[in-house]
Amino acid sequence: MSNLLEINNVVKNYGEFTALNNVSLRVPKGSVFGLLGPNGAGKTSLIRIINQITLPDSGTILLDGKPLVPNDVEHIGYLPEERGLYKSMKVGEQALYLAQLKGLSKSEAKKRLKYWFDKFDIGAWWDKKIEELSKGMAQKVQFIVTVLHKPKLLIFDEPFSGFDPINAQLIAKEILQLRDEGATIIFSTHRMESVEEMCDYIALINKSNKIVDGKLDDIKRQYRSNTYQIGVKTNSSSEVENLLKQHFEVSNTDFRMLDEGLTLNVKIPKGNSPNELFSMLSKHGDVQHFLEIVPSASDIFIQAVNKNS
Amino acid sequence: MKKLKLIIRREFLAKVKNKSFLVMTFLSPLLMVGIGFLVFFLSKKNDEKIKKIVYVDESKLFTENDFKDTKTYDYVDYTALGIEESKKKVEEGGYYGVIHIPQIDSLEVLATSITFYSKESPNMSVIERLESTIESKFKNLKLTGFGIDLTKIEASKIAAEIKMYNFSGEKSSKLINWLKIGVGAIAGYMLMMFVMIYGTSVMRSVIEEKTSRIIEVIVSSVKPFQLMLGKIIGNASAGLLQFFIWGIIMLIVSFIASSFFGVNMTEMQTAKMSPEQLEAMNNAVAGDKAQMLVQEIFRLPLVTMFVLFIFYFLGGYFLYSSLFAAVGAAVDNETDTQQFMLPIMLPLILGVYIGFATVINDPHGPISTIFSMIPFTSPIVMLMRVPFGVPWYEIAISMALLLVTFVFMVWVAAKIYRVGILMYGKKPTYKDLWKWIKYKG
Repeated sequence: MSNLLEINNVVKNYGEFTALNNVSLRVPKGSVFGLLGPNGAGKTSLIRIINQITLPDSGTILLDGKPLVPNDVEHIGYLPEERGLYKSMKVGEQALYLAQLKGLSKSEAKKRLKYWFDKFDIGAWWDKKIEELSKGMAQKVQFIVTVLHKPKLLIFDEPFSGFDPINAQLIAKEILQLRDEGATIIFSTHRMESVEEMCDYIALINKSNKIVDGKLDDIKRQYRSNTYQIGVKTNSSSEVENLLKQHFEVSNTDFRMLDEGLTLNVKIPKGNSPNELFSMLSKHGDVQHFLEIVPSASDIFIQAVNKNS
Repeated sequence: MKKLKLIIRREFLAKVKNKSFLVMTFLSPLLMVGIGFLVFFLSKKNDEKIKKIVYVDESKLFTENDFKDTKTYDYVDYTALGIEESKKKVEEGGYYGVIHIPQIDSLEVLATSITFYSKESPNMSVIERLESTIESKFKNLKLTGFGIDLTKIEASKIAAEIKMYNFSGEKSSKLINWLKIGVGAIAGYMLMMFVMIYGTSVMRSVIEEKTSRIIEVIVSSVKPFQLMLGKIIGNASAGLLQFFIWGIIMLIVSFIASSFFGVNMTEMQTAKMSPEQLEAMNNAVAGDKAQMLVQEIFRLPLVTMFVLFIFYFLGGYFLYSSLFAAVGAAVDNETDTQQFMLPIMLPLILGVYIGFATVINDPHGPISTIFSMIPFTSPIVMLMRVPFGVPWYEIAISMALLLVTFVFMVWVAAKIYRVGILMYGKKPTYKDLWKWIKYKG
């Protein structure tokens, strides 16, 4: 799969402060790419550079294999974290204006807006002013104007803030739909759990540096600890626990089993099959719970940060 | 270019569709003309009141001829009553005041011993009038004392009028000088008003984009510089439209009002002049002189004036409004703008003061020349000087300086603007602004 976006050795300084320190990324075409990291890590700086709002001090950015040019804004849709609309402008007028700034003709913009307004069932808002809408309603309009010009690259910075769970789900569905239609999506967020399940690829950024990036599953495999959370229904918990301790590394776990028995985290040596553990457990009772602890993005993040420092 | 047009259009419409714009456009000229007429009527009514002044002339030097009644002054001779009785009468009401001329032989001593009593402190014009009556009477008395025939003095009066030419052969007169001052002052004042009103409106519009958080959405589609430029031009267009409508409304309203109230416009303009001045003016305007005036107006550097007006108007407006845009970008809300507004307003106001204080007296003096070169004051001061004819090289230097400064300041403002629009929270200091200017890319 070829890369839609290539970021090579980008450096950005604001005076004394380094916002991005030699960051390189590859965003494959048609993927959902998570740009994760805590507040102030440099995510927004990077996104602003991709959007040509600011220029990097050094480094290059290729979109579809070619260096960015001013007209590329027409191929990028950006929903910033700090977002809003003109309060006293009417919804329709405003959407048309923003669409035209992205290079759409007025008639084409009208046609597409009608499609989206029908889809979200918000046609009645056309002549309302933004200040008359609720925050969630305004966010929907904002989403529409972000994707209206069918950009190759969509960048969402904290996309779900301001949406209630139902609308957040609706938007998430639309985003995946856009991905299926060929768009490439970049998610930026500090709430890693919120988008993790949607991402194919992730990059973790901390203190201006990229610390981890790649295919999400690969990274997870790399950071897996081969630890299983187990729950066995048994009357002889301590005996089983002692038995396990002889073969594996065990630690306490924090889930609750409905029947009385033994709950533990068990780490098996690298290369061993979990079946060995399972069959051992099954001899001593009903195995009600057997789950690999897959590291979450934030677990990986914490580990990666610790490893780096 | 297409995007710039879109931005200009939006900014223009956003401004024009605003309710306060409509109110300002259609109400303020009515108010201004209305207030003008009100002031005129009140002052006229005030002047029409006849002032009754009592005089007690113990010196017996004055006659009824000296204290002649006029349209607004009635003089009453209470010499027979004596000063104490007269003062009582005045206190009882009905009289403006009483002037007491005591019996003293020496005119010099008498001249400083005359007193005026009134209930309230008297109008200065009344006192001046009385003083001039007394002065001319005493002068005549002294002249007669020297054995000079007063009729001869009267006959010897002669009016001179110097005709003025400059070396390029242009003729000028005092009247045309006043006209030049008027044209220059109006142009300079208009520029200042325009910059203040529409410069701050650019600033407000930038702040609005910041507070509504739409700015980042916009700058992901257009260059910040384009947005700033579009804003400045859009607001200026709305402003020009407003000025244009004001002009038309003022004309119509003045016309209606003057015909409705029966107020003669010339009367309104000349209301403040004394009868002598009026007469002189009437003479001047009448006949040949009127023709000369028209000719002289056409001899003014009209084309140059027009071209320079456009140049300095645009130059001044763009220079200042880009600074206003930068201030708007630097702050989060309007209350934070104060500390940055002062340095912008100062040269603007200075320009108008310098213009009114020096250009009128001495259009080619060193102060007016220097300030018509300094780019921040030059649009106003130079506009005021232009009608008097400014050497081409001075204009060239001034224009070049303005142009260079304009480009430089727009560059600086754009830098501050570009960084500032994406900064929230902390109120920036001048040091921060300096840092922003130095940021690359």
